[in-house]
Amino acid sequence: MSNYSVIGQRVHRVDGPEKLTGGAKYTFDMVLPNMLYGKILRSPHPHAKILSIDTSRAERLIGVKAVVTGKDTLGKKQGAWRRFPELCDEEILCREKVRYIGDAVAAVAAMDEDIAEEALDLIDIDYEPLPAVFDPLEAIKEDAPQIHEGVELNINVTRHIEWGDVDEAFRKCDHIREDQFKCSSQAHVCMEPHDAVASFDYNGKLTVWTSTQASYYIQALLADMLGLREGDIRVIKPPTGGGFGSKFELDSAQFCASVLSMKLCRPVKIVLSREEEFTATKRRTPMVYYLRIGAKKDGTLLAKEVRVITEGGAYTAMGATALYLTGFFSSFPYKYPNYRYDGYRVYTNTAPTSAMRGFGAPQSTFVGESQLDMLAEDLGIGPIEIRRKNGMTPNYEVPGQAHIQSCGLHECLDAIEKHIKERGKLPPNRGIGIAAYGFMSGGIFNWFNTPYAFSAAIVRINVDGKVDLFTGACDIGQGSDTTLSMICAEELGVRLEDVRIHAADTGICPADLGAWGSRETLMNGNAVKKAAADAKRQLLEFAGAKLGVNIVYDLDIKDRWVHLVERPERGVSYFDIVRGAIRGRDGEVIMGRGHYTPHRKGMISPAYSFGVQAVEVEVDPETGKYKLIDVTTAHESGTVINPLGIEGQLEGAIMMSGGYGFCEDQPMDEGKILNPSIADYKLIRSLDMPDTKILEINTYEPEGPFGAKEAGEGLTNPTAGAIGNAVYKAVGVRITDLPITPEKVFRALKEKQNRQND
Amino acid sequence: MKKELKFTVNGQPYELYIKPKTLLVEVLRNELGLTGTKQSCNSSACGACTVVLNGMAVKSCSILALQANGGDVLTVEGLAEGVKLHPIQKAFLDYGAFQCGFCTAGMLMSAKALFTENPSPKTEEIRESIDGNICRCTGYNSIIRALTAVSKGEYREEQ
Repeated sequence: MSNYSVIGQRVHRVDGPEKLTGGAKYTFDMVLPNMLYGKILRSPHPHAKILSIDTSRAERLIGVKAVVTGKDTLGKKQGAWRRFPELCDEEILCREKVRYIGDAVAAVAAMDEDIAEEALDLIDIDYEPLPAVFDPLEAIKEDAPQIHEGVELNINVTRHIEWGDVDEAFRKCDHIREDQFKCSSQAHVCMEPHDAVASFDYNGKLTVWTSTQASYYIQALLADMLGLREGDIRVIKPPTGGGFGSKFELDSAQFCASVLSMKLCRPVKIVLSREEEFTATKRRTPMVYYLRIGAKKDGTLLAKEVRVITEGGAYTAMGATALYLTGFFSSFPYKYPNYRYDGYRVYTNTAPTSAMRGFGAPQSTFVGESQLDMLAEDLGIGPIEIRRKNGMTPNYEVPGQAHIQSCGLHECLDAIEKHIKERGKLPPNRGIGIAAYGFMSGGIFNWFNTPYAFSAAIVRINVDGKVDLFTGACDIGQGSDTTLSMICAEELGVRLEDVRIHAADTGICPADLGAWGSRETLMNGNAVKKAAADAKRQLLEFAGAKLGVNIVYDLDIKDRWVHLVERPERGVSYFDIVRGAIRGRDGEVIMGRGHYTPHRKGMISPAYSFGVQAVEVEVDPETGKYKLIDVTTAHESGTVINPLGIEGQLEGAIMMSGGYGFCEDQPMDEGKILNPSIADYKLIRSLDMPDTKILEINTYEPEGPFGAKEAGEGLTNPTAGAIGNAVYKAVGVRITDLPITPEKVFRALKEKQNRQND
Repeated sequence: MKKELKFTVNGQPYELYIKPKTLLVEVLRNELGLTGTKQSCNSSACGACTVVLNGMAVKSCSILALQANGGDVLTVEGLAEGVKLHPIQKAFLDYGAFQCGFCTAGMLMSAKALFTENPSPKTEEIRESIDGNICRCTGYNSIIRALTAVSKGEYREEQ
């Protein structure tokens, strides 16, 4: 392991100096010559027919250059689930009907943002309000308003997962619990809002700079929607100010800026306002969970049955994937011999719900880990013990679903048990709750119907030894540019500073499915490693000939030294070999290619990370207010490529998922989000942030590059569940709906007191 | 009616004519091209637009540019000396105290104002000094560690 010269080092981020000095140019900062500014008009109604739109007054406003509506589009519907046309249900610019408060109906391009804003007020729209429905449990009733034509009972997607004989297994259980939970919504709150600069030229080429997690998706979806060839669209991702799941679908800024630019042949920039960020982009999927779990007296889990109804909002978005993943990860990280899941995603007249970091698994982990603690208490078994008894182990087969290779769950449990012991006896009203979790390293799904490999990379070695790495991977802050540069440098045997990465520009980089589902380290990492190996092979062919070595010897490169593996002192400088090899090829540069698409790895993911988290809280029993004191996480993600990167992912995940458990919420009234500003949407700030500790558990994942697997989203899964369990340990009240606010704790404490007094 | 604004930004004197309602952040970004300062919430709730005005951290989206008339503004572009990073920037790099980078300028400027006032603040004071700055990526603790290292003088030799 320590044989690596780059992997495992605490390296500075490759984008560090630029981001620290104000030099990094985000889409948000871009200004092009002759550029116009766009704004989007949105529906004030949760459900309404558009009878007419009159843009003439707006068009006459001085400084307005174009106004577009759905009539200026091809009238297509889009979505990322392209294999299933019925799930591509979002027009973006609505033509006949709006389905939530925030649905886009028109867009304006003007000389500046103020004029564009003013023009929005001059667009006259005649709406016929329709009856609306906001609660998925209401929306599935016979007499509920129909949100999409032909979709009965507003059921958008259903998913069924089953293995074993669940009904028979429940008959054999000594103890069965049935519980109901509710998981709330959550806003991504990327610091950089959704934004795009679109520039269509007279050659018929469209260039779009945008803050995105998946430049290839945006290219492909824009091509579908605008009737252009993919190759006529170049999507460039400048540094991107956060994504967290909100930026891999085609959004209204990208689409409207493109439509406007195509009409004018001028660059158009659209930046969503913070209010639009909260009300007119996607959000975490709220879920109602019904769980039935059965075990033997000794805590052996025999069966689990899960039914979920999710609030879909107005469109499919990535919600279909969230529905599937919450179902699969409801079995995690345990060996249920019998398991059944039925999920229903229901359309409602609310902002569409979709992907957010963890992608359905923070919900399933909150409910599953809460219920598991409840079951363990019923049986008189400790929380660690019940998890140890049933936890997944290496080389475990989830029947018919997934093959798990590396798994360090039990080592994580040991580490957390030790941590809890070390904390000793806690003062009154303090408690430690735990949650175990796992997550995938990229999904083996191709609902996007890409004909390309899931990930690909090109490595070009120039005559001075500098390496250009081309990849479609999207660094959205998580650090993939650094991670992939490290993998490239390690495999090629050069230093990190020898690698220059060119990422997420569809004009020059190979397609990649993007930064979601925790896929970049494993999938793109494998592609980069293969590309670097391909380039290295070409160098070594030349080196072998130049050195005249006996063919029984292996050659390798390490830290710019090309040498015999068996006799490392015998070698030659990397730079000499590069120069010689290029000269020997008639001046042609060295190019290495690599791609990765998972095969024979089950239906879900090629690899899974695992961990256990302990959250310590202190509750004030008078008010229900509580503080997060300490969050300690035993985590395994295979070989750690960049320890600094993992620490950042872990602590950031705690801020986000701690917020999900602790304070973040999006209350609504008749489909209107009531807190659409950062002042009113409560997030964890520096003073609320608990102490955080990471206990790194070593594993090696055979499928991952240098043994690595995901570390991005899995860490988001446990915190809400561990908070719930900690509050219960501290003061004996169980909160079953998120977020666990002081008010809910206070009411539960009062109820408990009243019960005791009766 | 435009009004005259005379002030210094990163040591450079400027004389501009601006609409009285223009915010300081708008002048910095749109008039002077100093786009290192970000805007994120536009309601002085997130701290991404924080700059140092006359030695104090201010949210540049919450004051009019004319309120900085005659003043001395420092933005993130003015922190490094040529290619030499400021100690706070160096610490951020070493401790991985940023990810997407969009809040980073605001964080750095809040920290800069703190250290100007008190070169060796305690950890609690550091935590308080960035409580008005939201970071959605790091979870703050790496930022606290970086600033604590600066406070302890670990980057002194570079100052």
